[in-house]
Amino acid sequence: MKDNFHSNAKKKLSLIDGAALNARLCTEDCSMQTVLQGIRCVQFSTKEAEMKRRFVLVVLVLTALFMAGAQQKEIRVLLANHPYGDLLKTVIPEYEKATGIKVNVESLQESQLTTKLTTEFATRSSTVDVFMTRPLQEGKMFYKNGWYEPLADYDFSDYPKNAMDVAIFGSKAYLVPLVTEWQVLYYRADLLKKAGLAVPKNFEELEAAAKKLNSADIAGFASRGKGAAAVTQLSSYVYNFGGRYLDKGKAVFDSREALDAIRFYGRMLASYGPKGVTNMSWENIMPLFQAGKVAMWTDASVFYGQIVDPAKSQVPAESVGIANFPAGPKGNTPFIVVSWGMAVAKQSKNKALAMDFIKWATSKELAKRGLLANITMARNSVWQDSEVLSKVHPGLISTRDYASKNGFPYDRPYMSAVGEARDLIGEVIIESINTAGASPRLEALAKEKAAAVNDLLMDTGEYGVY
Amino acid sequence: MDRDVHRGAGHYIEKNLHILFPLPAVTFVVVMMLFPVLYTFFLSFTNWNLTSGQPLSIVLLRSYQRILREPRFTAALGRTFSFTLMAVSVETVLGMIIALILNREFRAKGLVKLILLLPLVATPVAIGIVFNLFYDPTIGLANFILTRFGLPKLAWTGSASTVIPSLALVDIWQWTPMITLILLAGLASLSSEPYESARVDGATEWQIFWRITLPMVMPTLLTALILRSIDALKTFDIIYAMTGGGPGYASETLNVMAFKYSFEYFRMGQASVILVFLFLLVLMMSLVIVRLRKSLEL
Repeated sequence: MKDNFHSNAKKKLSLIDGAALNARLCTEDCSMQTVLQGIRCVQFSTKEAEMKRRFVLVVLVLTALFMAGAQQKEIRVLLANHPYGDLLKTVIPEYEKATGIKVNVESLQESQLTTKLTTEFATRSSTVDVFMTRPLQEGKMFYKNGWYEPLADYDFSDYPKNAMDVAIFGSKAYLVPLVTEWQVLYYRADLLKKAGLAVPKNFEELEAAAKKLNSADIAGFASRGKGAAAVTQLSSYVYNFGGRYLDKGKAVFDSREALDAIRFYGRMLASYGPKGVTNMSWENIMPLFQAGKVAMWTDASVFYGQIVDPAKSQVPAESVGIANFPAGPKGNTPFIVVSWGMAVAKQSKNKALAMDFIKWATSKELAKRGLLANITMARNSVWQDSEVLSKVHPGLISTRDYASKNGFPYDRPYMSAVGEARDLIGEVIIESINTAGASPRLEALAKEKAAAVNDLLMDTGEYGVY
Repeated sequence: MDRDVHRGAGHYIEKNLHILFPLPAVTFVVVMMLFPVLYTFFLSFTNWNLTSGQPLSIVLLRSYQRILREPRFTAALGRTFSFTLMAVSVETVLGMIIALILNREFRAKGLVKLILLLPLVATPVAIGIVFNLFYDPTIGLANFILTRFGLPKLAWTGSASTVIPSLALVDIWQWTPMITLILLAGLASLSSEPYESARVDGATEWQIFWRITLPMVMPTLLTALILRSIDALKTFDIIYAMTGGGPGYASETLNVMAFKYSFEYFRMGQASVILVFLFLLVLMMSLVIVRLRKSLEL
């Protein structure tokens, strides 16, 4: 028992104080004990010294690895599945090579990107440094929760003023506008010509043309009908009828003007739209247009590249036209919005690196490459670069010119709870489409939903604030 | 000396084996299952809302009141049931018929079985995308087939009246084979004696099915039913991928609604209330079926 205790204590000591002490203790010990025990003891100590050596080696290797890891600078970047995100992914290796910074890229579909960012930031577990962001969809909410880092030393002089409106909160800018888009009318030039029609310039001509072009095989007209997704594409109709979604921080889409627009939109889609349009967003309409099943389509300018791409479309590019959004009874103010921006995360631990990256990722040089790939960049200067402009479709340039001079910078109610507000307005849109704009309860429904949107504005402290 | 030490540790391990061995599994269940469920219960008593910019505060039953007053919730609840009922009832009948056919000997039986089981291994989101193309009212195969037979075109998932049956059809396509598979196992284990005596007594095939096969295979059938119903009640992937709950809210089940409340509206508290209801629903359903099984003394 005593031996046992002695050996135990010795073992513990040796573990703490190292092989030398252990060896000394052991020799003392051995001299007092039997030869047999002595041999075992020495064996024990060499074994332990060996283990210790190995341990030290492992620690050294790990430290070396760790230091090597620390020297490699890294940032984490979240991109959207968007043409500009794709462009960045192809050029990020150049940035890594030039700076030695490793960029860990993830790219997600737009609503999943919002979800991921929100859950990461809200649970304070995020390691995101830089991310693409949709100012009109999530800007207010992200700002209010303090998830954007103010961009103090960024040069914003190259951006149009209405684009900066959604980037600035209070007196500081929180995001860099990346891509703008505006609403246009895509049309089949060959079908219009065959029917002897000119490109519609206002809603009356649009309806007449849709009626004439509509057949069992081809829808005369298409636009998004899927509730919440339709809200953005309905917006220009609402503006051209003289209405708004929000005015002075209050919901006003139950006004007579807005209701006229919603009824017109519903009538157009119900009478001349593709079947099942209430479940269609752009991702359902684009394939129809590419398959030659749609004669006219109002949607955002971003899709132009894809509908004239011979690899994706069965309609020859020369048969596809792009024109200004048609005018309404109260003029023509189509939306022109910053659909994407880029921001630095407030909780980022690599802010200096993140700032460096965002300056590169939103640089003039890359904006030029973006526009050459038919991505409608926000920077002013690229739209004045004659070398670039010579390669961009003139229809894109002229519609942008018109929209940037006359357009309205919002395509949805600009508020924190925009997701829910879009669903509420979407209910009114679907009711209108289902009844071809004739629903007797449309006004009551719109009033009810406007009240619900006002409740949301009150919940978030935005009611009456503008 | 040293051996004593080892024996000490070994003794401890041996004495507590009944705790140590299940420990990894218990840890997993607590961390990955029990905690999330309890946390959801906790959140359901709060008003945690990410769009408000306010920290969460406890509001007890107010989120429950708000959700219960929401007509959208009651509609989603009813839809969850009608979707489940529609899908599972057809799956059961079809699954039984297919199982009875496959239970006989015929050539290429293995191949037929293999083909039938393929939908089970497909990814639901991929299925959803493919069915969306199939259902497309303008360029889809479904309407092409209908018009070939001189039938009128349908809007499928594009109309509030047809969207739930269209989605149930996808569920039926994917999950009937599972019922078949379970029933086949049940049928294979039945003894042949009752059949022989029934034939001697001159029973018709129909009588044999109702009086012998069905009662004998009932325990297996109920097991399949429990599994399928619970699964169908919480269907999410197919609906989210195909319609996102639309048109409007016409295909919004409790799960889809909870997803929208949490990840599109960021109303975490109220989303938790919906999930608590879904949890209770699934729990009740399983209890009822388990009780039913016992009362039938199967």
